[in-house]
Amino acid sequence: MNSRVTRLALGLAAPLLALVAAFAITSLVLIIAGDPVGGVWSTILQVPAERNMANIINNATVLYLSGLAIAVGFKMNLFNIGVDGQYRVAAFTAAVVAGEAWLPGYLNTALAIVCAMAVGALWAGIAGVLRATRGVSEVISTIMLNFIATGLVAYLLRKIAVRVPGSNEIGTKEIPEGSRIPSIPFSDNPAISLYGFLVIAAFFGFLYWFVLNKTRFGFDLRATGRSTTAAVASGIDVTRMTVAALLISGAIAGLVGLPILFGDAYKYGSTFQSGLGFAGIAIALLGRNNPVGIAVGALLFAFLDEQSNPLQIIIGVSPDIVAITQGTIVLTVVISYEVVRRYGVRLEQHHVGLALEGQVDPPPVPPDRSPDSSTTDSTPTDGAPGDDKTKGVST
Amino acid sequence: MSDKAGVIVPDAKAPAKKPRRKLGLWWVAIALVSALLLLSVLRIVTGAGDLTSSGTIAGTLIATMPIMLAGLGGLWSERAGVVNIGLEGMMILGTWGAGYFGYHYGAWAAVIGAILMGMLGGLIHATATVIFGIDHIISGVAVNIIALGAVQYLASLTFVGLPGGGQTQSPKIPDVPTITIGPLSDGLKDIEDKGTFFVSDLASVLRALVTNLSSLVLISLLLLVVTYYVLWRTSFGLRLRSVGESPSAAESLGVKVLRYKFAAVLISGGLAGLAGGFLAMVASSNYRDGQTGGRGYIGLAAMIFGNWRPGGLLGGSALFGYTETLGLRQGGTSVHALLLAIAVLALAFGIWQVRKGEAVAGSVIVGLGALVAALYFSIDEVPSDFTRMTPYIITLLVLAFASQRLRMPAADGQIYRKGSAG
Repeated sequence: MNSRVTRLALGLAAPLLALVAAFAITSLVLIIAGDPVGGVWSTILQVPAERNMANIINNATVLYLSGLAIAVGFKMNLFNIGVDGQYRVAAFTAAVVAGEAWLPGYLNTALAIVCAMAVGALWAGIAGVLRATRGVSEVISTIMLNFIATGLVAYLLRKIAVRVPGSNEIGTKEIPEGSRIPSIPFSDNPAISLYGFLVIAAFFGFLYWFVLNKTRFGFDLRATGRSTTAAVASGIDVTRMTVAALLISGAIAGLVGLPILFGDAYKYGSTFQSGLGFAGIAIALLGRNNPVGIAVGALLFAFLDEQSNPLQIIIGVSPDIVAITQGTIVLTVVISYEVVRRYGVRLEQHHVGLALEGQVDPPPVPPDRSPDSSTTDSTPTDGAPGDDKTKGVST
Repeated sequence: MSDKAGVIVPDAKAPAKKPRRKLGLWWVAIALVSALLLLSVLRIVTGAGDLTSSGTIAGTLIATMPIMLAGLGGLWSERAGVVNIGLEGMMILGTWGAGYFGYHYGAWAAVIGAILMGMLGGLIHATATVIFGIDHIISGVAVNIIALGAVQYLASLTFVGLPGGGQTQSPKIPDVPTITIGPLSDGLKDIEDKGTFFVSDLASVLRALVTNLSSLVLISLLLLVVTYYVLWRTSFGLRLRSVGESPSAAESLGVKVLRYKFAAVLISGGLAGLAGGFLAMVASSNYRDGQTGGRGYIGLAAMIFGNWRPGGLLGGSALFGYTETLGLRQGGTSVHALLLAIAVLALAFGIWQVRKGEAVAGSVIVGLGALVAALYFSIDEVPSDFTRMTPYIITLLVLAFASQRLRMPAADGQIYRKGSAG
């Protein structure tokens, strides 16, 4: 039947609508400010050169992990705002462990990655325990933990860091050559390559999909996210699930800084990239917590970041304009999914109505919202926590 | 965030709270005096003279106000049931507003500009949460992202090429008038310099209030009182709070729920914007990139710390403002002295809890107190990174130990659709 096609079209319509709306609002801002709208978009939307393409994929790898970490929480209706702090503590730990090189070669790398995940999980676990045992909102506690992480890492860095030769920057010891993750060649120019961590990120994307959709644990997690009361009734320990979800989220968050650490910086310094956590929230929303969707979202955000860089040089517009686009996407994506969902429901009712008019026996309505339907499923509660309210209105 | 708040709680607690409510402002006064007394004892014991110097108090006032204004913003919106973590973004918008309008049109225009820019952020948040029914946290995060980008974009559009201006800062902007009562200030200085127990500390507080007191500080404190009056003493405030407690009940009584929510979030944005303006004008003398430094979040924390009440909010912001100021003024020794106070208080409170029968919580607190005491005697100075962390750690501890006693508006964070009262 064409219901599958309709559903696919509706699934694609929502993010497209969100993008168009966000671009329109950004254009409006540019017009009001008196900046050249056409020039901005023609610069951003041109086909990226090889070097830019590699940068986009590399940045997307980092953002992808951040989006995954947030998405795990979203599945449980938990807001892990603390990805920022978690990855900073974790990347610092990994840098120290890998820099000390207690183990040879890739064993050292593996140890560092495990340590990063453990520390990230631990940092998020504080919020998990506070939420589970004391009822503290994880939104507030993770925000506080972000600031504590910043101070803690700055202090520890000053304690154990070595001065980077030839500059004022301080950093951890450099990771030995044998423990770095080799890059993937991307073009004939050996200077242009992709982070080897890309493979690991993709693997975690697969793992995310597998655990959530194909295991008992994943089912419990999603069930708890959709209805706590139903979960309790079916014997799920909600307290345990809350802590577990934040631990997993934190563990993935612990990976966020590692592509840069093992593929580019090789040490944790005072200029290590920050602020990757908040972008992850936007990306998880854009991708509807779907591993493929998150990848598309991450690529889009990385694309906007990279392509806006030359704006200042070419037409004298501040590249910060894309932050307005990105922030607006967060809002429009949620709105447009809701609009499209309502349209879909109305379309379905219309079809059913037509079918009933035509024949006496109503044909069985295809179940639209089974939990494990295809990847383009535009089920409302899949993503945004709090959408539960709106679901009841239409059905 | 809303799972703890049951429908029965407000009814059950209301009679118990009534006698306390009358004492509201007195409680704040008593708390402030006891805090000063405690600091005075601490100053004599440890010899950390900067704990209550008038410089510290003046710095505390300036550090407290932005946090308090942001917290007031949070109070308005959360009392109407809209969680606002976009406060940070609205503050950021306010800093730019103060920079732009202050440079072009003068000091009071800067104040208005800051408020208007903050309200613009509030408008986004209100449109998203109230009209479109988006999750409040998502909308707040979006406001923060948009505000940061917008301000950086606007700064390079409007400040580049001006004298002293650039991509990351505005030109110097004029300040609002300050108030000094000369003779009183000098007289109090003499008393302060004597170092007498409590009298000198009180003198330094009074001196900070009559020397170079920014009129914006007065306005901010006035706004706190006005907020209290409007929200708790007028029918408008009653309706606004009813919207945050039980929107469907409010609507069935004829309250325009969405209109109240929208207005509350707009006011919230204006207050947060003023908080940003305060940072740009009083705490500094121009707009600077990254000026807010997460104070919007601290304001939110101060509001939670204060149990969604103006008095408690003032206490929370003063606590954070004080630790922030101590951290800046030879913070190592002052905060080190504070550790002793924390250790003693924690030990006493823990023992009291144990005797009350709360064995587990009590022992944890006693353990923490002993740990802090050990820390006090093992180091001479607290590293600056840790003094900067203090507000956040305090917030976490308060939430962990007192969250059962805190009560947020019952329908806080819930999305309401018109006609749900049915």
